[in-house]
Amino acid sequence: MTNTPPPPISELRWHVAVATCLKLLLIPSYRSTDFEVHRHWLALTHSLPLSRWYTDETSPWTLDYPPFFAFFELLLSYAARAVDPVIVHLHRGLNYRSDSVVLFQRITVIAADSCLFYAVYRLTRKCEPRKGRLIWALVIWSPMLLIVDHVHFQYNGFLLGILLLSISYLSEGKDLAGGCLFAILLCFKHLFAVAAPVYFVYLLRRCFRGTFARGFGLLSALGVAVITIFAAAYGPFIYHGQMQQVIRRMFPFGRGLCHAYWAPNFWVFYIVMDKVLSFVLRRLGFDIQMPAVSFTGGLVGNSSPFAVLPQITPLTTFIMVLLALSPCLIKAWRNPQPKNAARWIAYAYTSGFLFGWHVHEKASLHFVIPLALTAVQSLGDAKHYFWLSIVSCYSLFPLLYEAQEYPIKVLLLLLHCVAMFLGFSALFNGSARAKATAPESRKGDQSGEKRSSSLAKGGGFTIGWITRCYLFGILLVELWGQFLHPYILGNKLPFVPLMMISVYCAFGIMYSWIWQLRSIVRCSS
Amino acid sequence: MEKKKAKKTTHVGDAARDGADAPWGWLTHRGVVPTFSFVSLFGLLVRAAVSLHPYSGAGTPPKYGDFEAQRHWMEITINLWARDWYVNGTLNDLSYWGLDYPPLTAYQSYVHGLFLKLFDPDSVALFSSRGYETYFSKLLMRWTVLSSDVMVFFPAVFCFWIVYNRGRSRGGERCDTAWHIAMLLINPCLILIDHGHFQYNCISLGLTVGAVAAVLSQKDLIACALFSLALNHKQMSAYFAPAFFSHLLGKCLRRKNPFFEVSRLGLVVIGTFAVVWWPYLYSSDALLQVLSRLAPFERGIYEDYVANFWCATSVLIKWKRLFLTPELKLFSLIMTVSTCLPSMIHQIASPSSQGFLYGLLNCSLSFYLFSFQVHEKSILLPLLPASLLALDDPSLYKWLTHYGLLSMFPLMRRDRLLLPYTTLNALYFLLHHVPRDRRDSEVTSSSAAYTILTAFSVCCYFGLHLVYLTMHAPEKYPFLFEALIMIFCFFQFALLAIYTNKKQWTLSKHLMLLNKEKKLI
Repeated sequence: MTNTPPPPISELRWHVAVATCLKLLLIPSYRSTDFEVHRHWLALTHSLPLSRWYTDETSPWTLDYPPFFAFFELLLSYAARAVDPVIVHLHRGLNYRSDSVVLFQRITVIAADSCLFYAVYRLTRKCEPRKGRLIWALVIWSPMLLIVDHVHFQYNGFLLGILLLSISYLSEGKDLAGGCLFAILLCFKHLFAVAAPVYFVYLLRRCFRGTFARGFGLLSALGVAVITIFAAAYGPFIYHGQMQQVIRRMFPFGRGLCHAYWAPNFWVFYIVMDKVLSFVLRRLGFDIQMPAVSFTGGLVGNSSPFAVLPQITPLTTFIMVLLALSPCLIKAWRNPQPKNAARWIAYAYTSGFLFGWHVHEKASLHFVIPLALTAVQSLGDAKHYFWLSIVSCYSLFPLLYEAQEYPIKVLLLLLHCVAMFLGFSALFNGSARAKATAPESRKGDQSGEKRSSSLAKGGGFTIGWITRCYLFGILLVELWGQFLHPYILGNKLPFVPLMMISVYCAFGIMYSWIWQLRSIVRCSS
Repeated sequence: MEKKKAKKTTHVGDAARDGADAPWGWLTHRGVVPTFSFVSLFGLLVRAAVSLHPYSGAGTPPKYGDFEAQRHWMEITINLWARDWYVNGTLNDLSYWGLDYPPLTAYQSYVHGLFLKLFDPDSVALFSSRGYETYFSKLLMRWTVLSSDVMVFFPAVFCFWIVYNRGRSRGGERCDTAWHIAMLLINPCLILIDHGHFQYNCISLGLTVGAVAAVLSQKDLIACALFSLALNHKQMSAYFAPAFFSHLLGKCLRRKNPFFEVSRLGLVVIGTFAVVWWPYLYSSDALLQVLSRLAPFERGIYEDYVANFWCATSVLIKWKRLFLTPELKLFSLIMTVSTCLPSMIHQIASPSSQGFLYGLLNCSLSFYLFSFQVHEKSILLPLLPASLLALDDPSLYKWLTHYGLLSMFPLMRRDRLLLPYTTLNALYFLLHHVPRDRRDSEVTSSSAAYTILTAFSVCCYFGLHLVYLTMHAPEKYPFLFEALIMIFCFFQFALLAIYTNKKQWTLSKHLMLLNKEKKLI
C-alpha cells in the first residue's frame, strides 16, 4: 500500500484546467470594493514614486499591505497599462469598471493561483494517490477560495500558495527555505504574522537539535536570510524615513474590535454577553448607560462600545492570542517534528481568528486551507475538517449578499460537501478494514469518540448525529435569514440574520479550536 | 470479435482495482445516487455561472431578443384568456414576438409568468413591461430556466442513464458511466443556448429523453405520451418523430396483434394532444389559427447562416430567387423524407434499442440538413441522441459538439457570449478527455487519409475562429466569414450523417452475427 506511485501530474493539470474554466465563467459576477482597492493600488504604484505610496490619499482605499504586495501590484501594472492605460491612471481610473479592467484583474487572480497549484503539487508529489487526490479536491476546489478570490475579489490563493509552499519545505525538514518563504509571505500580507511565534519557536528549536556549532550556523544563516528579505521590503521606506507612516497604514487599530459583519469568533460571545447583561441589569433597576456607538453600525470610534463589560484594547487581544498559542508553542519547543508543522500553523491562525483584533471573516481561509493537509491523515481529522470547512464556508455567505450569486454560493458549498463526503468515505472506508490495527485509525477513533458513539462500530467515515444536528441548524439559520425574517419582521431588526450567522458559526469555530487544541496536546504524549 | 473480448477482460481488471486507486474511484464507490448528484451539482454550477453572462438582445431596443420574447409570452399568457393567446388583437400584437410555439410552451410561460408576477408584478404587466430588464427580473427569468432544467431535464437524464446502464449491465465500468452522466448533463451547446442565449430547450429535450428512457424500458405508452408532450412544447421535436414512429411500429409489428398495439399507441398520442389543445378545440378556425402560427413558412427556407443543405448550396444555386415557397416546401419535404427513410426502414425491419438511438440521430440530422426553416440552434436536436450514444461512440459526440459549437459561433458573438463560449468549449474538451487509467488505450487503426482529414478539419476549426474574430470581411461580401463557417460545418455534418447512417446499418449486421454465434454455442 505504501509503495503505490503518487498520482500522475497530468491529473493535477486536468483539475487545475477545469477549475480555471469555472473561474473564467465567474468573471462577470459581483465584485466587492476590494476590486476597486486593488485597481487603485495598480494605479498608485504605477504613477507615483515609491516615497509617496504610503502617504497618498487620492482615494479612501489607501495602500495598507506590506511592500512586497505593492511591488507585486507594480509588476502587474505594467501589464495593465498594455491592456488599457486608464486602469493605471491615478485620477481617471477611479471607480473604473469597463470590461477590460474586470477581465484583466480577474485574470491576474486566476494566473496568480498557479502559485497555489505549484504548492499543492509539491505537497502531494510523494503522497498516496488517494490522499493526494483528496488534497487536490479540498484545496483546488475549495469553495471558500472560489468565493473570496474569484467572486468577492482578493489574491488569497496566491498568498496561501506561499504559505503552503513554506509548510511543504518545513515538512521535508528544509527549515531554511520554509523560514524564508514565511518571511516573504509576511512581506506580502502582514496578517499572516499570527503564526510567527510558532515559526520562531519551531525554527529556533530545530536549529539546536545537533551540535551547537551546526545549530549556530543554521540560525545565523536563517537570521541573515530573514533580515535580507525584510530589508528588501522595508529598506526603501526606511531610506525615505517613512517607517512610522508605513506601520500606521498597515495597522489601523482605530478600526475597532469587530468588522462591520462580525467574524464568527470569541468576541461575538463577548458582545452578546454584554448586551444581555446590560438588558438584565437595566431590568433590575441599575442605571446602565447605552453605549454611544453600536457594533452593528460598522465603524467604531474610540469610545467604549460596551455597556457593562470592560473595554477591550488591542493589547488585550494580543495577550489572549499569545495565551491561546502557548500550549502549541510548548509542544513545538519540546519536540519540533516536521510532520506536525501544518497542524501547529493552522492552530495558530485559528487562535488568531478567534481572539484577534478586527478580524475579517475571510481570515478563516488561513487555517481551513492548511488543515486540508492534515485532514487526510486520520479519521478524526477528516471528521473535524468536514465540520470546520462547512461552517467556515457558510460564515462567508454574507460576503456575497446579492441575489445573483445566491445559487452559486449554495451550489459551491453543496458540491464541496458531497465531494468531501465521497472522498473521505472512499479514503477511510476502504482502508479502515485493511488496517484495523494501525495506530492511525485508533487515534482517529479516540479523538472522534465523544462526538458520535456509533463511529467506533463502523470504523468508516460517517457523520455523527451531533454534526448532523449542527449542520441542520445551519439550514435553519439560513432559512430564517433569507426567507422567514424578511417575511415575518419585514425591515425591522435588519442586523439579526447576520448576527445569527455570526453567533451560530462562532460556536462551530470555537469547537474546532478546542478540538485542534486537544489533538495538539494529546499528540505523541 | 477478438478485440471485443480483449476489452472485456481489461474491464474485469479494472473492476478488481475499482475504488482503491482508480482516479475516480472515490466518486463512484458509493453507488448511483451520490455519483449522479455530484455530477449534476457540478452541471448546475456551470449553468448558474453561465447565466451570469449576457443574453440575446440584452439592452437593444426596439425588438430585443429571445429573452424578451419569452418574457413577452409570460406577459401575454397571464393577462389574456387562453383562446386569445394566438390571435392578433388590440391586446395581443402578434407582430411583436407573437407566440409561435405549441400550447405547452404557452402553459409553461403561464406558470413562469405567475412566478414572476409573485415577486415582480411590473415585469409582466400588459404593454408597460415591454423591454423590462431590471436586475431582479433578469434573475427571476434566469432562475426559471435553471428550475426547468432541474425539474425536467435532470430527472429525465437520470432515468435514461439508469435504464441504459441496466441494458449494458457490465461491472467495473463505473468510471465510464459517471463520465456518461457528465457528457449528458454538460452539453455545452445546450447550456449556451438555454442559460446564455435564453431559451427553454431543456424542457422539450428533457421530455424527449424521458420518452427515450421509456422506450428503452419497454413502456411504450408512457413514451408516446412524453414524446407528444415534447412535440407540444416545441414543434422542432418533430425531428425525432420518424425515429419514434418507425421504432414503435417495428416493435408493434412483431407482437401478436399489431393492429391493436398500434391503435393503443395512437390513442395515447391523440389523447395527449387533445388534453394539451383543449382550449382550441371549440372550433376549427381557432385550431387552424394556432396551427398557422406554428408553421411560419413565410420566413423562407433558411434563416441567417445555418449549416444545412439549402443554405450551403445557396452559394451556387439561389434557391430563394429561383423557386417559389410551395416548390421549396415540396423539395425539402422530399429530401428530408428520402434521407430519413433508410434509418426508418432499418428500425421497422429490425427494431433494437441501440438502433433506435442511432435512428434518432440520423432522423434529426436529416431534418437539420434538409428540412424547411432551420435555425442554427436546431443543432441541439441531433446533439441530444449523440450525447445519449456518448458511451458507444465518444468521438462522434465530440466531433458533433465541437462543430455544433462552431456553427453557433456567429450567434454567440452577436449575443456577446464569447467568454462562456470559449470556456465551455475548453471545459467540454477537458471533461471528454478526463484522465482515466485505462490500460486499453483506444487504438484506432486509422488510415493516412483519415488522419490528414482530421488534421485539416482541426486546422480549419481554429483558423475560422481566429479569422472571424480578428479580420474584417471585405465590403463586397460582409458575411463572407459566416458563409465560410457555415459551409465548413455543413460538410462536417453531412459526413457525419453518412457515417452514422452507415453505422446504424452495420449495427444490425453486427448484432445478427452475435445472435448467430449465440445460437451456435
